[in-house]
Amino acid sequence: MRPIHAFHGGVHPPTHKDESTRTPIVQAAMPGKLVIPLSQHMGTRARPMVQVGEHVLKGQKIGKPEGRMSSAVHASTSGTIAAIDMQPVTHPSCLPDLCITLIPDGKDEWKEHHGMDVENLPHAELRHLLRKAGVVGMGGAVFPSDLKADAHRYRVRTLILNGAECEPYITCDDMLMRERAADILRGAELLRELLQAEEVLIGIEDNKPQAIAAMRQAVQDGGRGRMEVMVVPTLYPSGGAKQLIRLLTGIEVPHGVRSTAMGVQCFNVATAWSVWRALAHGEPLISRIVTVTGNVEHPQNFEVLIGTPLDELVAQAGAKPDTDRYIMGGPMMGVELPSFAAGITKAANCIIASSPALFPPPLPALPCIRCTRCAEVCPQDLQPQDLYWFAKSSNFNKAQEFNLADCIECGACAYVCPSHIPLVQYYRYAKSEIHERAQDKQAADLARERHEFHQLRLERDKQEKAEKLAQKEREAAAKAVASAAPVNPQAATDDTQQIRIDAAIARATAQAAAAQPQNTTQLTPGQQAEITEIEARRAKIRELAAGAGAEDEPHKQ
Amino acid sequence: MIAALLVMIGLSVLLGAVLGYAAIRFKVEGNPLAEKIDAVLPQTQCGQCGFPGCKPYAEAIAKGEADINKCPPGGEEGIRKLADLLGVDFKPFGEDAAPKGKAVAFIDEQTCIGCTLCIQACPVDAIVGAAKQMHTIIATECTGCELCVAPCPVDCISMHAIPEDVGNWKWPHPVIAIQVAA
Repeated sequence: MRPIHAFHGGVHPPTHKDESTRTPIVQAAMPGKLVIPLSQHMGTRARPMVQVGEHVLKGQKIGKPEGRMSSAVHASTSGTIAAIDMQPVTHPSCLPDLCITLIPDGKDEWKEHHGMDVENLPHAELRHLLRKAGVVGMGGAVFPSDLKADAHRYRVRTLILNGAECEPYITCDDMLMRERAADILRGAELLRELLQAEEVLIGIEDNKPQAIAAMRQAVQDGGRGRMEVMVVPTLYPSGGAKQLIRLLTGIEVPHGVRSTAMGVQCFNVATAWSVWRALAHGEPLISRIVTVTGNVEHPQNFEVLIGTPLDELVAQAGAKPDTDRYIMGGPMMGVELPSFAAGITKAANCIIASSPALFPPPLPALPCIRCTRCAEVCPQDLQPQDLYWFAKSSNFNKAQEFNLADCIECGACAYVCPSHIPLVQYYRYAKSEIHERAQDKQAADLARERHEFHQLRLERDKQEKAEKLAQKEREAAAKAVASAAPVNPQAATDDTQQIRIDAAIARATAQAAAAQPQNTTQLTPGQQAEITEIEARRAKIRELAAGAGAEDEPHKQ
Repeated sequence: MIAALLVMIGLSVLLGAVLGYAAIRFKVEGNPLAEKIDAVLPQTQCGQCGFPGCKPYAEAIAKGEADINKCPPGGEEGIRKLADLLGVDFKPFGEDAAPKGKAVAFIDEQTCIGCTLCIQACPVDAIVGAAKQMHTIIATECTGCELCVAPCPVDCISMHAIPEDVGNWKWPHPVIAIQVAA
């Protein structure tokens, strides 16, 4: 048995996990329509590759990954594309985003798909397959898995499988581990192979005994000697990547360093499962397990097609009439959703129906009394009371100095704050402002570079033009000196203007002299004879006319 | 007395020589303050400050010839940064200059006659086109300086404000409800 280490801080919110783990995972009913967002992953939005009115099959790619950090999007069932437009999405901003609306035809007809020869395919090919299958991190960060499963820059020794699921209410990973442990481990084995890691550590919180037992059984049954299930104490936020790495390995990932640089990579258990489905069965990521809980009659886990509208899903769990809003994610880190019609995304691990009774509106915030209880519970060992002060006064430089970027927005600080200050909201505000400034700076640098090049180009063009002109003038001067000098010897050689005029005159004279009537060349002997005859006649007439003129002169006088 | 004088003269000559050498050896090319100011400016190169670009404006500020509140694209945040950098007081925008939201130029391609005047006006080469060919803006490179709008003989260029979307949305500053004391 390896020792379990500890991280700084942490809190014990009531878990509320029992409600939704009483029944097995249920296949959610086919919704009337699917609203599939094209931006369900971190990075660039996928580009739609279907037309409105087109019939698509289940698993058919409808969104193409664009750029390096992107992922594909697939049709969750067979049906007809009804619209490709801006629709409300599961985003805290209330702003719409590009979605594909799919009307299911009820046949749920798969496109042709088959498993890959995962043993023998090269790793690059497997990673490409993951990208094509739209596999992203299912823990909430939705980072493209093909990029994470790439260890060419660092040597990864340990692969950590995150089954901690520390946030209250959420049980989707718990149920997945209970029911599909063997496939999770198969996926983990593939990820281990891709990363060339030596060992796989599976971290599970001790409030999930059934999942722990199932996973241990699967490890034993599969004869997986390199894998170990490690039980960590229930303490929020042990499921944070840096926290779990600390718990299982004792490694503390420093500020600004990736965990891969320390030889550790972390994947969610649901991601491992999706990796297995994608590679061994050829099934793209078109569904996920979603916990529907909170203010509902039957809290439980559903296997939900991506794009299923929230209200249709929550209705299946029996939303109570006083439900006034939905929260995506848990109560600590989740976001309130502005629209009930938005579709489930790959990131949606839990939907909590909320009512004023379940989550009463927050008490009015009081001034910070600098009790530093937030600093005591901060799992990243930050100084939340100082960060709050800097964020509130928009003193972003100082906030960055105090490592605001390391904040994982877990909400432990706000949970213990006796003044009910919405601390995380302040940090999110400061982070997005800092992010915007960084982007502005980048844009300004690009503009400066382009402007400098623009000016350099203008200057260069000007110089080139001047040089060409000077060259021409030099040539003209040389010519003029050669040809015009005998004609006009008194012209000063340094008076280029005069030289050019003389040269032009000389050129014109020469041209006039050289010019010949064009129709007298290449004549037949007959024509030539005719011309000679005519010329002789003309000469005669001229002669006569000259004689007559001479005679006429005296008359004129 | 003479010895002391000689020592002092000797010292001053020596130190003077050292200073003179240092001034040549460690000479800083250009104006470092102007460069620092230029780094703060938004680089739209729009000329709304009255100078032909951001760098000339930065140089003018460095020389003390221009005020710090002449850059509308920088906004009040920009003035604040300049005030911090120069150690002077914040100065609000005058009546002639007001802050503006971000925008990007748009060419109505139906109307464009392909005269290339806007291409010549663009300070960051963000317009593609050729004589008698349709022109278009590279939106990602456009700084929104509006310099291309005036030269267009057929008025086919308009400025479009950049709409807020999921990609550029920012978390707002938290609003705290204040309870009225009963």
